[in-house]
Amino acid sequence: MGRVAFTHVSKRFGDTVAVDDLTLQIADAEFFVLLGPSGCGKSTALRMVAGLEDPSDGLIEIGDRVVNRIEPKDRDVAMVFQSYALYPHLTVRRNIEFPLRTRDVDRKTRKELVGKAADALGLGTLLDRKPAQLSGGQRQRVALARAIVRRPAVFLMDEPLSNLDAQLRVQTRSELVSLQRDLETTVLYVTHDQVEAMTMGHRIAVMSNGVLQQVGVPQEVYDKPASRFVAQFIGTPPMNVFRVENRTDLVGVRPEDLTIDPDGPWPATVFLVESLGHERHVHCHTPSGDDVVVRQAGMTVSPEAGAEVHLNAAAGAVHHFDAETGLRNDGA
Amino acid sequence: MSVDVEAMPPAHAAEPPEPPEGSGPVAGRRPWARVTVRYVVLIVLAAIVLFPIYITVVNSLLKPVDIISRPIKWFPTAPQWGNYADAWSNGHFSRYLINSAIVAAGITLGQTVSAVLAAYAFAFLEFPLRRTLFVVFLTTLMIPGEVTFFTNVNTVRSLGWYDSYAALIVPFLATGFGAFLLRQSFMTVPNDLREAAALDGYGHMRFLARIVVPISRPAIGAMGLFAFLGAWNQYLWPLVVTKSDRLRTVQIGLRALRGTQIDQISVTYAGTVLAFLPIAIILVVFSKQLVRGLTAGAVKG
Repeated sequence: MGRVAFTHVSKRFGDTVAVDDLTLQIADAEFFVLLGPSGCGKSTALRMVAGLEDPSDGLIEIGDRVVNRIEPKDRDVAMVFQSYALYPHLTVRRNIEFPLRTRDVDRKTRKELVGKAADALGLGTLLDRKPAQLSGGQRQRVALARAIVRRPAVFLMDEPLSNLDAQLRVQTRSELVSLQRDLETTVLYVTHDQVEAMTMGHRIAVMSNGVLQQVGVPQEVYDKPASRFVAQFIGTPPMNVFRVENRTDLVGVRPEDLTIDPDGPWPATVFLVESLGHERHVHCHTPSGDDVVVRQAGMTVSPEAGAEVHLNAAAGAVHHFDAETGLRNDGA
Repeated sequence: MSVDVEAMPPAHAAEPPEPPEGSGPVAGRRPWARVTVRYVVLIVLAAIVLFPIYITVVNSLLKPVDIISRPIKWFPTAPQWGNYADAWSNGHFSRYLINSAIVAAGITLGQTVSAVLAAYAFAFLEFPLRRTLFVVFLTTLMIPGEVTFFTNVNTVRSLGWYDSYAALIVPFLATGFGAFLLRQSFMTVPNDLREAAALDGYGHMRFLARIVVPISRPAIGAMGLFAFLGAWNQYLWPLVVTKSDRLRTVQIGLRALRGTQIDQISVTYAGTVLAFLPIAIILVVFSKQLVRGLTAGAVKG
């Protein structure tokens, strides 16, 4: 029932195409992440599901209904905003209760549901506070509680963790995942943070310039990126993509798959070695003028800056991308 | 809007005399010296502000002969409460005060409602020529009242409203100033709140009434206060568009009192006190509400 489907959905703002012919199926109870840099159209896609934007073309379905013409409040979705969008003049209790009040849920049921949601997020003692009296993490929980209180078919989350500090973000990440598992509700989650996408999503969809680049489970997207864009967007440091002699396409190798090997096929010049304690990043120039990074485990002896080296990679770790389109080229 | 000098002092009187609480020994090298200096300054300023009011109150309780006698009497040893009774009944102040209350309340209510609606449109709605229309709104602030005064008088006359409450109230039901002030405040309400509310089925009116207005209470309160003060202190307009005594407002009544009761100068003083008392009370009540509104929660940190 919490299935979401985009069918040839486009959204144009004047001359700008924010979402270009998006077709995508999200299964019931799936934690689905829309990933991409800012301006890639992921938020617009989410907002079209919410009903905050109308698609210029195409159909959007929630459950088994086409919702293009259905009011936001009747779509059975709840949204968590990046800013949390809590009502500053209402107490935590009234904030959580808000979606119930506007739907004329009776007092007794309201009380019960608010209690449940507050307990699920550990807000029991904060119910009479105003948002201004809460920490960032607590506000975030209130926003979540307000979303879950009504048990909607789909949760829409627009970068809900980006206003939290790094430590809290990691903690909240795992809490969100277990919350979703407990509720068994579909989540459509928008982020520009590839680590969030990799760790939280059952499946992720990578978008760029309004165009869907790839959909898949995180490991698959990491291991077999469909385009140069996806390859370089996911992974830190990003995948090396460089030109080599006698080939018209581009070679891609992840930094951890690249090794310094006297017998390797690719010559390079080291220009910087960064030590991160547990690993080293060896930055090199290739003869073709590309920069590549070799990621080495901490114990390895690294070359000095200025050293001439050869690079190598196992056959299975080498990706090829079309030089023109950037698309994956497995035939070569 | 005309500003009656005698009615103004309470506007200041409500604020300074109270030394700020909790400002006791603060951090500093010689906290007591600092606090003492601060209080001395505050007391001097308060005395300067309160002196004319004090004199007015004292004189309103003296016999006319005592007001002009020397040495100056600083305290009414035998308060003449009858002065107030005279102003109230013989000076028709009961009537004038009621009229002023009706007019000021009507104008305040009208201006608040119209400013809230206009400000919402300018802050939250997308429509063609929004910017241009807003600038047009603002230009009305820059036209002095004197320029439109006679046109307005003619309009009111031709509508047949001369000598009626409508003439006193209707021309002031909308102001560019109020819309401008509230728009600035409404624009600080994040659009995410609008969208969150929309997801829960709030249309514009409910969003405005249940979210925007409560959040913007301090600004709306300030705007209403300005409207009330302006309306209460009006002099020239009500003088020109009314002729019957039953429609006179308190500022005109006060002037009339002066005109007719030269020998009863203390009754005039009593009338002055009666005229500013309502505003003083409203200011005290509102200032509490304003401070409370300002301290209640920001949107996000």
